[in-house]
Amino acid sequence: MNDLPINFEEILETLALQGGFNTNAVILGTTLLGIAAGVIGSFALLRKRSLTADALSHATLPGIAGAFLIATSMGYSGRSMPLLMLGAAITGILGVACIHLILHHSRLKEDAAIGIVLSVFFGIGIVLLSLVQTSSSGSGAGLNHYIYGQTAAMTRSDAAIMGTIGIVASIIALVMLKEFMVVCFNETFARSTGLPVWLIDSIMLGLVVLITVSGLQAVGLILIVAMIIIPPAAARFWTDRLWKLVLISALIGGLSGYAGASISALFPRKPAGAVIVLVAGSIFAISMLFAPTRGVLADTIRRLRLKLLIARDHVLESLYEIESDIEGARHPNASIMLIKLIAMRGWITTSNNTLALTEAGRIQGQRIHRNHKLWEQYLVSYADIAPTHVDWSVDQVEHVLTDELIAELEEALRVRGITIENGDPA
Amino acid sequence: MIPDLIQTFLTLDLFPILAAIFAALSCGLLGNFLVLRKQSLMGDAISHAVLPGLVGAFLITQSRSPGIMFAGAAISALITVVLVEVIKRLGKVEPGAAMGVVFSVLFALGVFMLENASARSVDLDADCVLHGNLQTLFWTTSPTEWNHFLSASIKDEVPRQLWTLLGTTLAVIIFITVFFKELRIASFDAGIATVQGINAGFMHMALMTFVAIAAVASFEAVGSILVIAMLICPAATARLLTDRLITQILVSAVIALLTAIGGYALASWMGVNAAGMMASTAGAILVVVMIGSPSHGIIAKARNQRKLGNLVALEDILGSLYRLAETDEHTTRDRLIATLGFTNRTTKAMDRALADNLVKLVGTHLQLTQSGLAHGAAIIRKHRQWEGYLVDEAGFSPDHVHDTAEKLEHLIDPDLPNQHTDPHGKPIPPK
Repeated sequence: MNDLPINFEEILETLALQGGFNTNAVILGTTLLGIAAGVIGSFALLRKRSLTADALSHATLPGIAGAFLIATSMGYSGRSMPLLMLGAAITGILGVACIHLILHHSRLKEDAAIGIVLSVFFGIGIVLLSLVQTSSSGSGAGLNHYIYGQTAAMTRSDAAIMGTIGIVASIIALVMLKEFMVVCFNETFARSTGLPVWLIDSIMLGLVVLITVSGLQAVGLILIVAMIIIPPAAARFWTDRLWKLVLISALIGGLSGYAGASISALFPRKPAGAVIVLVAGSIFAISMLFAPTRGVLADTIRRLRLKLLIARDHVLESLYEIESDIEGARHPNASIMLIKLIAMRGWITTSNNTLALTEAGRIQGQRIHRNHKLWEQYLVSYADIAPTHVDWSVDQVEHVLTDELIAELEEALRVRGITIENGDPA
Repeated sequence: MIPDLIQTFLTLDLFPILAAIFAALSCGLLGNFLVLRKQSLMGDAISHAVLPGLVGAFLITQSRSPGIMFAGAAISALITVVLVEVIKRLGKVEPGAAMGVVFSVLFALGVFMLENASARSVDLDADCVLHGNLQTLFWTTSPTEWNHFLSASIKDEVPRQLWTLLGTTLAVIIFITVFFKELRIASFDAGIATVQGINAGFMHMALMTFVAIAAVASFEAVGSILVIAMLICPAATARLLTDRLITQILVSAVIALLTAIGGYALASWMGVNAAGMMASTAGAILVVVMIGSPSHGIIAKARNQRKLGNLVALEDILGSLYRLAETDEHTTRDRLIATLGFTNRTTKAMDRALADNLVKLVGTHLQLTQSGLAHGAAIIRKHRQWEGYLVDEAGFSPDHVHDTAEKLEHLIDPDLPNQHTDPHGKPIPPK
């Protein structure tokens, strides 16, 4: 396998930023870019602008090719990075402006506007690119790298520009954290306090443009948007607080950038952009599955536990009703597993093949029965629900009543002079 | 004998043009429902995400047989649709972000695999993915005699991409024709569809499957960018020309056709990339329609707005003069214009009122003519009826209704025949 690096030491050297000056610069630059993209992407996510960023990044292609064509026709070298970045920024912003124009001056919706700008601008870019290839023999061949990105072709100063832009963009975002937050969470409120929402929006957009154009060379214009979308989407699983979201998102972005650029530097034929996105995507998948509270696994466990709790309550309630000879008592409907679990808690005994509540179990059953009756009464007397219709919703609610709520219900019913049969506390 | 010029066309251009037309039609027709459902970007996501399927199928089987490539791409397209739904529902991620995560990761996976694959094969090319390889569809053994078109061998001379695209286009047309009613209801209102016994979720998956098939079939010939452009642009353009779905679909087909042929012709003429030029053409057509559409265009809307503005100005003049006439007061031309806000529009409306003989000058005073009086009465009638309606039915207080009535009077006649005075006690002029 010629894909593998020469030895283990080389891997360590690269990862520890000891792998040659140029490599270090690129890895450091990409890491900084990742951090900045994570920070700024957080706001794009909250502002629901993820796919606008996608249109923006596709719309940079005609700018790159156009800048090259104009520069070469005027006798300059078309390969200068700042020049290409300027072109990219201009058409990128133009693309976003077109989305706004379509939204405000036609009946088309945002999804169509984004798709139109994305495909048409990119199509124009492809046309210009084919002009570059036919008109300037050979000198424009490298422009293709801006589509998929190529860290190997980057010089130290390219990396320095990228890293500097990353730092500057992050600082601007952090300085304006408060304004961004207000606009993201409550635009109407922001307007009413006199904040210039359009200006703040424009600054946010400007930062996305900065990140996009500075990442073109390393990551490429198709995948740069992933660095803006994925880290905050992954970070969202870990927290509900904005500053934590920004922090975690920056961490994920930085880690992805670092890992992607390192792996790409170590192995031949591993494009940095793709590796960065795959690392970020893996972090997203892990976050979605395993994050505490918001993750899918935690959510499933929580739901199963609640289901089990409800089933257990129903068994105890039914047994209590049967043992107390309450009219309308339902027979418990439970699996053997569930019965065994409840028996382990010491709430029922299963001797002689019959189920019986222990003393502790009786108190539990009575409590649940009482909650049931309380809520039922409340619905009948306060929410105007017919007595025959209350049972279903009661079965859902009786398990989640808190002590305070029960006290309130008791008080409310006492005021009305309503008592609950068979349910007075022991 | 076929002339040289036509023979060159047959050799170089016939197959690419046909491929472009079929790709444009199959994507363009399906796009109508995507645009309607506000899911245009699903096409974007799918056309990015088929890449790992294509490359994966090639890596696993080491063959470029069309069936296998097609299956690989279709599988990854469906995985995309399912993953987006899963992340949206289970992860509670905002739809745009969910789509962005899925397609960028899958595309990255495709690029990653492609770089590895191209170490062994030069056939798979990352640039091809974006703008296809239309120019490679030569008719290498193009006929020299017309009757060659009737011979049996022609079937094998036509490249298989073209057959795939033709089959896909026909399948799409049949799908839309057969399920038109279901697709329409499910797209406009999933709730009503369910009530009518139509499984909206199933229709969604069926539509997505066809989008995936059309995207995959078109992908190789015209590249992902044109797939996205064709899924969205023709339908969006047609949407600006008509309010009826059937008309919209037919118009979008015409636009798709124009885009494919026009884009190809322009590209050949300028010597640039054909797929890119077609996407640009689609954009150009959209811009023209957006500005010039007779019903929804920017110009038409501006014109309507100006007309309404002029009407309002004229009605304000006649209404004011009617109010003054009620109390036997007078005003001059300049004073009235100043009262109504000294604008160009009011001045012009005043000139028209004088020219149309709705208002005449008596000395320096303005006076309504017979027909001006009737017009003014009609407007004041609407105004005072609106005031009455707002107070009686909408619970406004009498001192808050004037401004609202001032706007409504120009638009709708409330037509409340039994009212005779407004909330302020002023008489409502009879009809």
